Amino acid sequence: MKMKTHETLAVNNSPCGIGTSIDRVEDEALLRGIGRYADDVATLPGTLHAAVVRSPHAHAHIIGLYTDKAIMMPGVHGVLTGADVAHLAAPFPVGVRQPMEHWCVAVDKVRYVGEPVCVVIAENRYLAEDAAEIVKVDYKVLPIVVDAMTACGIAAPVLHDKVGSNVVNERTFRYGKPEAAFKKAAHHVSLAVAYPRSTCSPIECYVVLADYQRATGTYDVLSNFQGPYALHSVMARALKVPGNRLRLRTPPDSGGSFGIKQGVFPYIVMMGLASRKVGAPVKWVEDRLEHLQAASSATNRVTEIEAAVDETGRVTALKYDQVDDCGAYLRAPEPATFYRMHGNLTGAYAIQNLLVRNRVVLTNKTPTGLNRGFGGPQLYFALERLMHHIAVELKLDPLEVIRRNLIPAGAFPYEAAAGAILDSGDYPAAVEQAVREGGLADLLGRRDVARSEGRLYGVGFSAVVEPSISNMGYITVAMTPEERRKAGPKNGAVSTATINVGPLGDVNVHISSTPAGQGHQTVVAQIVTDVLGVSFESISVNVELDTQKDAWSIASGNYSSRFAGAVAGTVYHAAVAIRDRLAVIAAAQLRVEVGEILFADSKIYIEDGPSLSFHRVAGAAHWATNTLPAQESGALRETAFWTPPELMAPSDDDRINSSLCYGFIFDFCGIEIDQITGAIRLDRYVTLHDAGRLLNPALVAGQIRGAFAQGLGAALMEELAYGADGSFLSGTLADYLMPTAPEVIEPTILHMETPSPFTPLGAKGAGEGNNMSTPVCIANAVADALANSDIQLPLTPSRVRELIGIDEPEAPEGFSVDAESTALEGGSMLHASDSVEIPATPEQVFYSLLAPEMLEAIIPGCHKLELEGEHRYCADVTVGVGPIRARFQAKVQLSDLAPPSSLCLSGSGTSPMGSAEGRARIQLSSLENGGTRLDYQYDAAVGGKIAAVGGRMLQGASRVIIGQIFTRLSRQLSGETLQASLWQRIVAWFAALLGKGGRQ
Amino acid sequence: MKPASFDYACPTSKREVLATLSEHGQDARIIAGGQSLMAILNMRMTQPKLLIDINRIEELSYIKLKKSYLAVGACIRQTELLSWKGLGEAVPMLSLVMPWIGHVQTRNRGTVCGSLAHADPSSELPLCLITLGGKLVLESTKGRRVLTAEEFFQGVLTTACRADELVTEVRFPLGQANTSYRFNEIAMRHGDFAIISLAAVVGVNEVRLGVGGVADRPVVRNFTVDTELATTLNKMAWSLNAQDDTQASAAYRRQLVRELGLRLIIEGY
Repeated sequence: MKMKTHETLAVNNSPCGIGTSIDRVEDEALLRGIGRYADDVATLPGTLHAAVVRSPHAHAHIIGLYTDKAIMMPGVHGVLTGADVAHLAAPFPVGVRQPMEHWCVAVDKVRYVGEPVCVVIAENRYLAEDAAEIVKVDYKVLPIVVDAMTACGIAAPVLHDKVGSNVVNERTFRYGKPEAAFKKAAHHVSLAVAYPRSTCSPIECYVVLADYQRATGTYDVLSNFQGPYALHSVMARALKVPGNRLRLRTPPDSGGSFGIKQGVFPYIVMMGLASRKVGAPVKWVEDRLEHLQAASSATNRVTEIEAAVDETGRVTALKYDQVDDCGAYLRAPEPATFYRMHGNLTGAYAIQNLLVRNRVVLTNKTPTGLNRGFGGPQLYFALERLMHHIAVELKLDPLEVIRRNLIPAGAFPYEAAAGAILDSGDYPAAVEQAVREGGLADLLGRRDVARSEGRLYGVGFSAVVEPSISNMGYITVAMTPEERRKAGPKNGAVSTATINVGPLGDVNVHISSTPAGQGHQTVVAQIVTDVLGVSFESISVNVELDTQKDAWSIASGNYSSRFAGAVAGTVYHAAVAIRDRLAVIAAAQLRVEVGEILFADSKIYIEDGPSLSFHRVAGAAHWATNTLPAQESGALRETAFWTPPELMAPSDDDRINSSLCYGFIFDFCGIEIDQITGAIRLDRYVTLHDAGRLLNPALVAGQIRGAFAQGLGAALMEELAYGADGSFLSGTLADYLMPTAPEVIEPTILHMETPSPFTPLGAKGAGEGNNMSTPVCIANAVADALANSDIQLPLTPSRVRELIGIDEPEAPEGFSVDAESTALEGGSMLHASDSVEIPATPEQVFYSLLAPEMLEAIIPGCHKLELEGEHRYCADVTVGVGPIRARFQAKVQLSDLAPPSSLCLSGSGTSPMGSAEGRARIQLSSLENGGTRLDYQYDAAVGGKIAAVGGRMLQGASRVIIGQIFTRLSRQLSGETLQASLWQRIVAWFAALLGKGGRQ
Repeated sequence: MKPASFDYACPTSKREVLATLSEHGQDARIIAGGQSLMAILNMRMTQPKLLIDINRIEELSYIKLKKSYLAVGACIRQTELLSWKGLGEAVPMLSLVMPWIGHVQTRNRGTVCGSLAHADPSSELPLCLITLGGKLVLESTKGRRVLTAEEFFQGVLTTACRADELVTEVRFPLGQANTSYRFNEIAMRHGDFAIISLAAVVGVNEVRLGVGGVADRPVVRNFTVDTELATTLNKMAWSLNAQDDTQASAAYRRQLVRELGLRLIIEGY
């Protein structure tokens, strides 16, 4: 099909058409609460429900999995285990050549907290969760690594033995003459930054309904999967079926996605296998704890970035050393977080010399994946922090440094160093427009006033290129040119749209963009009303996707802001195809030239001449096919496919046009910091966007507001936190904080429109820009306010206050910091010490601790204690605080016995609530009154659900529980409660111990 | 995220509740507004065999102004107390504190006594009660006890309430003349669990300063306002055994006890 650009659009400029801010057609259902989400879809009779048993450990061998008791429970139909999966399926294909096995259920080893260990399938979710608690798993805990840089080291525990290293992919790139530029440069300015793990968590979590059809060997699955549909092939390969035996469908509505719903794909495979195992349809609805701990997230990155800068602040070369932490498995489409941004690594700047080292590392954390902004927040946090830092180092105005480096007007299309072909824009004019219309002078005045009053006020800037419409070949940049040659080229990005005009002249459109609330249906109807001249309200747009019946390709789906540029443009092509056929039919009926035919007001007509109703002409294609012109086949259905020729495979020198379109964003903001609390108040935020042609400005504003809120969250509060022991600490929305309406100010939104020459309608994507520009803009403002370059996200009040400085007075006598956990990141590692006085001699205390009867009596909630070996016991205990209780199968051990002065009491165990282990060092000293002072120091660690949801109370809770052991000991040994019989048994046991020479 | 199975009782009199509690003890759990319990129930972190719903006990739904205190029955929702007409005059501290409890939606369900009985170290009401020197009434089939807030709160989610007892009433001391009341809370978002919250009762010569969200329970100290105030506040800050967590460091919490504590006292003075 011949491409048409926006200038030659044959459209009517109807009141609801392209470019108008018409209300969304989706909202009637969504605002009334009658949307149809995956969980609302009717289930087949006999549908069973799944609950996933997950690992409480960050790294462990599975040495025993006992499901027999669970299977015997009423209502339970089966358990899908790693062994089943190994038998029925294959590991997921990986984007790089590594012998890394990732199965949908752990086969022999778990590598992150929350990793699925088995799936219980029962008649309802309650029974499934009951049975999941009964499943017993024995683990052999392994050393862990959570820090990306530590994981790169040779001393780090290796997650995948077959790979032999945690660095699963490393590539270096060189464009232009970076070494020469650095040699020549007046200044070298560098910065080390880290971007944390955050997630654009949707309101609706994952949902899968799977039905394995035995007769045909087909997995029929409905899920709120968002694409990219390249992953359909990944799923089919894992299920070991041809693509046509995995029928994947999506529901009409999806409750937010933001990239995260790409990560449901392992569960599609898992539930398909579960259905196959139990011979019935299986439904699984992910809960919030499962989602936060084990779904997906943005990739955390560590970057060292350096610029070669001349005297004027002009950057002549850039050097990146980037490490992406993809979690425990490299899950498709990773390591795409790097390569989505590869072509535009130099951002909005004219920098032709570039050196890059990219390392992809695995750690004991949840695997990462798509997350709104994908790769952009990480890239621009480094690049734009560096631009600010250059200004600081060279004592220049930060805005001036940006201005001096921008790609000049008139240079478009501009080929960036790493291969991006920046399609259109006028960056300098955009900056000046924002400065003028956004009131920068006024904002700088506010900063002057605030500073003169001694307040902490800062102004930050960011200039960002926002890529959209991903090149399906960019991920192959992770491979060497030689590997790529062997594998064959990958490129392009096919979009599809189908328009059907029914016998009554009714227009139905289908697209394969699987939206999650963005308003795709509205925009599609706007385009079709413009082209066909039928009323906006009459058009029906279906966004459900069925891989067995609908037009789709690997690039289908809801990601890389591809709707406006690619999908909407393809709809336009399909509409034009329909219009051209109708024009031929109408021309024959009216006996006029085809070129004279016009479409408007549901009529097909010629200027100042006869007119036919749209439905009559369209109806002829169905009801009177023999009256049609000879070339007409009858019926009216057109499917358009469109792929941009600009998206080529990577070149042999590793240049890649990683996206088709590149919008431009320029942001600035003013923030004030409370000097005591460290809280950041956003005073004003200005964001200018050039997203090409705006198809519906209201929807674009909605995208900007949403992305801005998420960018603000990433800047100020959001982090999926892990303890140093690999425990996950952000399991509820009271732990993982996202900004809500009161925390988000209204940004000033400005627009500039330089249409893209590469998309049918001139539109570019605008869905992710502020996820990329806002975190670093706020970070730069904080750096400006505090004159400090060490800015780490999220900028929590505590962290900001520590940047201001806490000049802490001395601890008064008797207080110290030794009871504190070691660091903010320390998370669930708990330590404390305390003492009790016991009215018995040290000898009595010591030997009574060695008696099982005493241990049973003093361990709180001990139901049963069985001797397993010398000073080793197996205990069944219920512990907790207040209403919160967990029943543990625990191992208890006494060691380092040095009678009568010291010993160690340690215990470890697991429960459905998670794992716990602790070790208390006990010192006994005699008191003048004949009693004993018992000092104890303990270290404890908890994992699994307890750590994920109880973080802020763990220290207090452990203190209560461990304290109880020793107060109970004291009570047992004080005369009043010590029963003679117990004491006699202790003495007898002690005698027996001595008798067999067991005294140590 | 579905609870384990449990039995459900919905008695209509206090007597019935106490009898049921007496029979089931540890295995039973009271539910009122459910704003804390439902979450931990659904996460299976608590698995009572019996849930006793007290929402229909009319005799526990009262707010009574007594001579020296305001009595609030176990079924009073936080919204009801906050919108009770004479609140600002009777207990000025409550008017200051209650808008900080969660959100309108959670206050519409959550009860005053329920929040106290749950004893979350970051909750506003326990801090308010302990700072004012209030009391709680605990009843069982064996009789009733009146405990001070300091006796009642024993640690994280841990109180002196026995398994067969019901918190039937809370008593907030009435506001005093020549005394000012101050409250401040730091959280990432309004309505979140406090990183730290402070309540101060500032009299002519004496100050009661309560701190929540730092120790394993709300803690209150009395001191005189003198030149040693900074030293006193530093001592209090260290005595709370502040901890690092994912939201804030221990040093930050200590610093806010010192600085916000001082600010609150000066404002109240």
